[in-house]
Amino acid sequence: MDVRQADIVIVGGGGAGLRAAIAAAEANPQLDILLLSKVYPMRSHTVAAEGGCAGVIQPHDSLDAHFDDTVSGGDWLCDQDVVDYFVRHATEENLRLEHWGCPWSRKPDGSINVRAFGGMKIERTWFAADKSGFHILHTLFQTSLKYPSIRRCDEYFCTDLLLEGGACAGIQAIDMRTGSHTLIAASAVILATGGAARVYRYNTNGGIVTGDGMALAYRQGVPLRDMEFVQYHPTGLPGSGILITEAARGEGGVLTNRDGYRYLQDYGLGPETPLGEPKNKHMELGPRDRLSQAFWHEAQAGRALATSRGEAVNLDLRHLGEARINERLPFIRDLARTYVNVDAVHEPIPVRPTAHYTMGGIQTDRYTATALSGLFAAGECASVGLHGANRLGSNSLAELSVFGRVAGEQAAARASQGPSVDPQRLLARAQDNAAVWEALRESTGNERLATIRDEMARAMEDGAGIFRLPGQMRQTCTKVAELKDRYSDLGLVDRSRAFNTEWLNAIELGYLLDVAEAMAHAALARQESRGSHQRPEDFPQRDDAQFLKHSLVYRAADAPRLDWQDVVITRSQPAERHYGAAGQQENKS
Amino acid sequence: MTETVTVRVQRYRPEEDTAPWEQSFEVPYSEDLSILDALNQIKDQQDPTLSHRWSCRMAICGSCGVMVNNEPKLSCKTFLRDYREQAAVTVRALDNFPIERDLVSDISGFIDHLETVQPWLIRSEEQPVSAGAYPQTPEQMQRYAAFSQCINCGLCYAACPQFGRDPAFLGPGALALAQRYNLDSRDEGAAQRMQWLNAGEGVWSCTFVGYCSEVCPKDVDPAAAINRGKVASDINYAVNLLNILRGKDDA
Repeated sequence: MDVRQADIVIVGGGGAGLRAAIAAAEANPQLDILLLSKVYPMRSHTVAAEGGCAGVIQPHDSLDAHFDDTVSGGDWLCDQDVVDYFVRHATEENLRLEHWGCPWSRKPDGSINVRAFGGMKIERTWFAADKSGFHILHTLFQTSLKYPSIRRCDEYFCTDLLLEGGACAGIQAIDMRTGSHTLIAASAVILATGGAARVYRYNTNGGIVTGDGMALAYRQGVPLRDMEFVQYHPTGLPGSGILITEAARGEGGVLTNRDGYRYLQDYGLGPETPLGEPKNKHMELGPRDRLSQAFWHEAQAGRALATSRGEAVNLDLRHLGEARINERLPFIRDLARTYVNVDAVHEPIPVRPTAHYTMGGIQTDRYTATALSGLFAAGECASVGLHGANRLGSNSLAELSVFGRVAGEQAAARASQGPSVDPQRLLARAQDNAAVWEALRESTGNERLATIRDEMARAMEDGAGIFRLPGQMRQTCTKVAELKDRYSDLGLVDRSRAFNTEWLNAIELGYLLDVAEAMAHAALARQESRGSHQRPEDFPQRDDAQFLKHSLVYRAADAPRLDWQDVVITRSQPAERHYGAAGQQENKS
Repeated sequence: MTETVTVRVQRYRPEEDTAPWEQSFEVPYSEDLSILDALNQIKDQQDPTLSHRWSCRMAICGSCGVMVNNEPKLSCKTFLRDYREQAAVTVRALDNFPIERDLVSDISGFIDHLETVQPWLIRSEEQPVSAGAYPQTPEQMQRYAAFSQCINCGLCYAACPQFGRDPAFLGPGALALAQRYNLDSRDEGAAQRMQWLNAGEGVWSCTFVGYCSEVCPKDVDPAAAINRGKVASDINYAVNLLNILRGKDDA
């Protein structure tokens, strides 16, 4: 066992983790900050975000408008004090990224350009062509290099949180290159491990997005919150699920069914907007939950296209012309050409909804503190209360900076008060943990890793997908419990230590199963329809009397335990969500 | 019967192998199947002991670089359909890097080089964020745009004969990254970075083969970046010489 000590350990090197590291280094340069990740930081899935990053900047826009769009977009399940803090700090964080070199797209006069995005009533999405996440991530990684107090453990796989005296006192990890175990004591630990959409079969996520931090916290009794809310992005490539950014619609792309008809006008998002004149909060610029649900109905009615890669609708960009596509959406053109053999300049791109984002996560307060003293969480792995029941596109990239910074500062404040516990006091526990992982590496059971993983992914799609039907939801809960049971009879083949990805994938599968369990049970418990959580058969309406609450899932011996937490409402009382003409009517009144 | 393709994969497990060897697999062919899909099929269905890096599947995270029939490629953006005429597809770890395991290269030397060139915006005077954005026109952005597209996949290092000979050479990716900042109108750090560009391991080590730019999956054109670096380094040399002749030794 390699034994180390740091003031702050950050698990995850994506946007939130890097921003936290920089904030902590700036808050107190004396602190020893360790950024630990199972991949080199620039591989983190922040890299795949395309469309952009929200922040009010136009003179005719306002913080109130961003607040209102976020709260109504989240179907009133957002904590409004958190949304308030977020909208007040998003723009300064975008500017800070600019000062660090982020190549935000510009207007001809050299000022920041913004684009339209779904559910936002005024253009406020900053973008770097259609590689916004890529540029944010590389800017943060490169900027982090100038702080000598930030050290990295690249390709270290976190396996456990270590507790002492009821507080988080460190972590342990496997050095992937050697397969050896490392214990790191720290005064503060920040989880910034990203989402978990790999529990689904078709998803936009990278292979690394396996809910590690959520499961690590859950296993220590920290509740996961609002896990039933999983966002399906309306436009992924059929087959692979690769993301085709919402910016394609923000720039004017339209969705048509097999008859060439812009079907969104039939789902409360019309009237149809003229081609080339996208209108905020109308048609293709409706929120993601509504668009994904509309696809499902079209497919049910037999109006989707049958493609060799499965059912799809068409995303048509042709009227934008080659020059604009190359300027604003070059990556999309490249992706469509490479992965579905379509040149978006000449043909529509086939797309379908695909699992994309976990609105829920590790419960934190507005200062990113979890229920476990010494443990903080930020970014997609956390539920700070920003997104409610449906996230608006471009709010999550801004969240990484706004709450990554908060987490870094909070952790620095805690670490500045005193050194970590003596790592020797954690050693016995860490050795016990290591023995469990060693047993897994040498496991000789009868179950295959890939089989359990694929059955889980299918079950989640069936019972926790775009629409949730009572029988299927219960089946999914039962199936996940069965798979967890079978997981304990896993048999692995690879007995080696050096970069043993079978072993690491098996640990990841354990994380995924925990997260799947929390999602499935939270979904079953929420007996209403709200945002991305839709139960058309048994509970088709939103029920504020009973469920204007966050769900909390606690790990328990057999099935998880559910609890509920009040939503913070400050100034926006729950109302109906209106888009298209109905929304406009509402704005006038 | 399903058509299959023969995929030969380099194996190397440091705990049991003294040298890399090759293992053959038959993979069911389909039009959409990438090399990465083939490797994942092998790992899931045939031999779980195979190790390779991957994540995004969409050519942006830079994890999955390998040699495919002797060419550096992203496995997620390379398709079996393009090798149907050939008897087999051979996949091995990236050239010019030590092998950690199977297709996993030790790229830490390359990452160190990236860190060396001070790849962050350097200003003599930082403006507060409250002062707003530094202006930059689309034309000014265009000057460095290509060099900012690097995904750090390392394919250019696998292609670079000079890096193969001398791992201390900063190499195409790091030198392109230095130029990405040097050419940014907001940056004032070119003079500081010059020490790295000018050094023995800097731009002058490049023998201008140009293969780095050919294999780049993101059209970064590191060869052009290095060439611009040589011009800058030349000017820097001339200015220094002139200043020394004028008796200013602090140039």
